[in-house]
Amino acid sequence: MSAYLDHAASTPMRPEAFEAMVPWLQHQHANPSGAHRLARDARRAIDEARDVVAAGLGVDPGEVIFTSGGTEADNLAVLGVHDRRGGTVVGAATEHHAVLEPVLSRGGRIVTVGPDGVIDLDALAAALDPHVMLVSVMLANNEVGTVPPLAEVAEVVARHAPGASLHTDAVQAFSWLDVATGAASADLVSISAHKFGGPKGIGALAVRSGTPLSPRQIGGGQERDRRSGTHNVAGIVAMAVAMASTVEQRVATVARVGALRDRLLDGLLAEIPDLVETGGPRSARVVGIGHVCIPGVESEALLFLLEQAEVYAAAAASCASGAMEPSHVLAAMGVPRGVAFGALRLSLGWCSTDDDVDRALEVIPPAVERLRRFAGSAATGPTSVAARVGRGTTP
Amino acid sequence: MKVLVAMSGGVDSSVAAALLVEAGHDVTGVTMKLWGGDSDTGCCSVADVDDARRAAQQLDVDHLVFNFGDDFMARVVEPYVTAHIEGRTPNPCIECNRHLKFDRLLDRADALGFDAVATGHHARIVERPDGGRRLARGADAAKDQSYVLYVVPSRDLARVLLPVGDMTKAEVRAEATRLGLRTADKPDSQDVCFITSTGGRRTFLGDRIELRPGRLVDRTGAEVGRVDAVELVTVGQRKGLGLAGEGEPQYAVAVDVAAGVVTVGAAADLLADRVVVGDLVWSDEPMLGPVLAQGSAHGDPRRVDVTAGDHPGTVGVRWIDGPIRRIAAGQSLVFYDGDEVLGGGIVG
Repeated sequence: MSAYLDHAASTPMRPEAFEAMVPWLQHQHANPSGAHRLARDARRAIDEARDVVAAGLGVDPGEVIFTSGGTEADNLAVLGVHDRRGGTVVGAATEHHAVLEPVLSRGGRIVTVGPDGVIDLDALAAALDPHVMLVSVMLANNEVGTVPPLAEVAEVVARHAPGASLHTDAVQAFSWLDVATGAASADLVSISAHKFGGPKGIGALAVRSGTPLSPRQIGGGQERDRRSGTHNVAGIVAMAVAMASTVEQRVATVARVGALRDRLLDGLLAEIPDLVETGGPRSARVVGIGHVCIPGVESEALLFLLEQAEVYAAAAASCASGAMEPSHVLAAMGVPRGVAFGALRLSLGWCSTDDDVDRALEVIPPAVERLRRFAGSAATGPTSVAARVGRGTTP
Repeated sequence: MKVLVAMSGGVDSSVAAALLVEAGHDVTGVTMKLWGGDSDTGCCSVADVDDARRAAQQLDVDHLVFNFGDDFMARVVEPYVTAHIEGRTPNPCIECNRHLKFDRLLDRADALGFDAVATGHHARIVERPDGGRRLARGADAAKDQSYVLYVVPSRDLARVLLPVGDMTKAEVRAEATRLGLRTADKPDSQDVCFITSTGGRRTFLGDRIELRPGRLVDRTGAEVGRVDAVELVTVGQRKGLGLAGEGEPQYAVAVDVAAGVVTVGAAADLLADRVVVGDLVWSDEPMLGPVLAQGSAHGDPRRVDVTAGDHPGTVGVRWIDGPIRRIAAGQSLVFYDGDEVLGGGIVG
């Protein structure tokens, strides 16, 4: 029996989303920008999908820009606003790299977070001034699942940087939070379909009207000149179907998955000595992400043992080589580097079951016990956690 | 047997993995990410990891990446930098073998349930009549890597496989070609992975420590020139001292980094017939008496007499057939009995 516990990386497609995209990959192949009936059919599919996505995000259909995914949406938000307005861009230290790298590339400011991973509003206020034109604060963190009080963030921004637009990366939030209301105070909202049951390669950026934005990709003028390129019709259609299902079932899914998450984390806490649950109270984190740090264990060794038992989980981000890197999110939260090397992210999704949790609770504690036993008996010191703490900085 | 093969992305370790697969072992490949900075194959050596992964895919074996970057920094890079401040010339590849490729990887392999670790080194492991194991030279004398592996304790050799040690480099490449491995024609890696061919030691060390000018003096103490970075001068060095020209060639015969002084002299001044060796690793019991000793990766082995040192943990070494060109402090001297490695240590 296997257990897939990496839904935050990518969750299975909802069957109805898969079925909806197939015709647009087969016979309905026309380019929606064309001038004939087949093109108009594709165009209509996009328009109808746009209505669904707009409703899910709480914006008007004309405010939705389809992108190739979350990274493009995040890049477009930060760089698109900066290209138009100039000024200073600001992001939280725990943002996804798809936000952090654009912010840093424009010489932007990084705002610290508390030990719970939530952005420090005093630090945010201190980082703001009238020259700040964009602030980006994610709606749910991709590693630990923390959710900031976005409305309060928006108030601080309005007070200290009245000209700034607020962007929120809702890629990890959409499955679990009512983004239409939760991100109501944001001017720009990013999502990615494969995180909520749609296909990879499609996402969207909602941009409320009046928000200044330059395009990053120019050409044929699609998406009202804000994002050129032939529409990914099948992806757009499937994303809308997945979104509709997600929204319709969200309350029930959150209740069901929340109970699974609690049982999983409580079980691990009971079975594994010294295990630390990461982040603030569970009520301030999305239910789909469980994150723990296991002192005395190295994630990449643990993940291998879990994989051997067909339990598929994650640690931190991987670099281009595939090597595991210590997480910048945990570093920002003040988790010591040595402890962060024992990070384990167990993420659940719309199709997670009690069996997944049972399997995880059966496999993870003995794997941890084995690694601790070997680490304790190793002849030399380089594997010890203590030897690693405090050396170097997270890249 | 469950075998974890260290795959660097080169032809030797690719063929090592292939031979183990052919022999019916349960093989998993792993690439250790050691150096995260600039290298001749790009940041984090991503291209090499790609080659290793693609070779593993061709062999239909799993491929993992282990990030041992912190340990590499602490055990190899930082000591390398420190040694230069102290006027020694270390061999970082030996320290990497000592701490990373064997110690750290073997521990990891144990914890993950592997029976053995394999690498693509050109060296052999021979079994002794008493059941013990010794490292021995690889079949290809020109590619022999036993010198850089003397640091692997004999107790660990029981869990190590060196599948290409019995082959020549040409045979390894031929095997890679026969199997259609994408690494078949990949050039051999050169030199130290974290020193780029364009920047060299000067750039690497200059980014990390302050390189200080030094005086060149002859054996009488008279100043004969200057160098701009005394930390970069190695005993035995001739080029780069600015002393080319008429007269006998001049070599660095002693380097005192703290004082900023390099003593230069003729080739004859470089000769020495004895050294003290510490940080010893022995295959069996400490081996005193006449043995062969080799002072560089592909140097000629010469007859020496090994005696107990003045300090515990050291030995005195005297070259029996006359003096040799001095070995820089920090380099390793490896002792052999024929092709078998008896042990080795670091020249003080």
